[in-house]
Amino acid sequence: MLETTSAATRTIDARGSFCPGPLMELIRGIREAQVGDVLAVLSSDKGSRVDIPKWIEKAGHRLISLTAHDGFDEIVVEKVR
Amino acid sequence: MTSMDRILVLGGGVGGTLTANLLARKLRKRIDRGDVEVTVVDATGAHVYQPGFMYIAMGGERAEKLEKRERALLDRRVRLVVGSVERIDESANVVHIADGAALPYDHLVIATGARILPESIEHFETEAHHFYTADAALRLRRALDAFTGGKIVIGIASMPYKCPPAPLEVAFLIESELRERGIRDKAEIHFASPIGRAFTIESVSEMATPILEQKGIELHTFFNVETIDPERKVVQSLEGEALPYDLLVLVPPHKGQQFLMDSGFAPAPGGWLPTDRFTLRVGGRKNVFALGDATDLPLSKAGSTAHFEAPVVVEAIVAAVEGRVPNGKHAMYEGNVMCFFEIGDGKGTLLQFDYDHPPRPPKPNALWHLGKIVFNKTYFHTVPKGRV
Repeated sequence: MLETTSAATRTIDARGSFCPGPLMELIRGIREAQVGDVLAVLSSDKGSRVDIPKWIEKAGHRLISLTAHDGFDEIVVEKVR
Repeated sequence: MTSMDRILVLGGGVGGTLTANLLARKLRKRIDRGDVEVTVVDATGAHVYQPGFMYIAMGGERAEKLEKRERALLDRRVRLVVGSVERIDESANVVHIADGAALPYDHLVIATGARILPESIEHFETEAHHFYTADAALRLRRALDAFTGGKIVIGIASMPYKCPPAPLEVAFLIESELRERGIRDKAEIHFASPIGRAFTIESVSEMATPILEQKGIELHTFFNVETIDPERKVVQSLEGEALPYDLLVLVPPHKGQQFLMDSGFAPAPGGWLPTDRFTLRVGGRKNVFALGDATDLPLSKAGSTAHFEAPVVVEAIVAAVEGRVPNGKHAMYEGNVMCFFEIGDGKGTLLQFDYDHPPRPPKPNALWHLGKIVFNKTYFHTVPKGRV
């Protein structure tokens, strides 16, 4: 069982994928999600902890949390628009 | 069971052709004795040098120069089957072809490349130009010839896509051309990137961004194409940015082959094969390998990648046939890629890297531009035949 911190509508496990893979996976998830949905993306690529929050800000969504786990980061975002 | 080792290579592009020819060379005696059979399956029977498409739009290249019969490029010991793969039956180790033929295999190499899907974005096909087919590149050339001024938007609809440097190269080459034609001051050029910088690899982005600035090309980051409005001539991003255009050039969305998803080898919706980055085995299968654009590896989808991967796949299969473990310099793939990169004004640079060493592009000069031109002109005599 994967231990993460969020109560996400959907979890996107992009661990093992390299930049820009996790961001592209999140973008696909956001396209498919409804406004108000909460998505968690798991990434083992260290670049994601910088790139994904920047993208969330530019795209006008809400960063809920960024949590470092053992070997991966969990970034939780709410689709706002 | 048969005592013959049947090696089936799906795809007659750079990766499939080179793999088959290297296998024929290394297993020549066994093939002649009837112990090994190497078969290539290709949908068209024509081998197309895709990097040349950009030069139809930007460099006076002609489509007929970019295509050869696959049969003419293959070693005579390699059998060629022309037909579309319908599905792979993994439980029986058989590949089914659309005409009903069934091809059994002991070792399978998947080199079926990527597909472009311009139709997946509404109005793409009527509004946007690209250079991922010979016909599209020719249409772009005609549109550039007719261009007398206005806004040019060059972008990437989604990732991953083939030949990562190509959209930047096209932006640089268009900018140079407009200057040469004396109409640069009548044009605005915008470059739209889906990620937070100009190029996926940071060191290349650091090289390219000042060149964009110097050439007056405006960079728009985090621009993932959402809609194209043909009435207003505006391309809109998922992130909420709108770019008006008079000439729109977009890399179309790409996917892996549908039959790979239908056969349970590659996950939907992308269709990229889960490939071991060192052994190039697919999904942990011992006898199935992938190379080139079809993989999910975090590398350039480029002929160069397939060129460096082919000897690794060949060593693994030859070792299996000979009953030994892979050894020597091709025992594992280290992520080697080498690409020329056009900057415009007759200059180019070189991207050479592997998993552990990012590219450190040299200062652009005329030599690397000429290197790319010579490579393109000599491709059919060198790469598919394993001469370089």
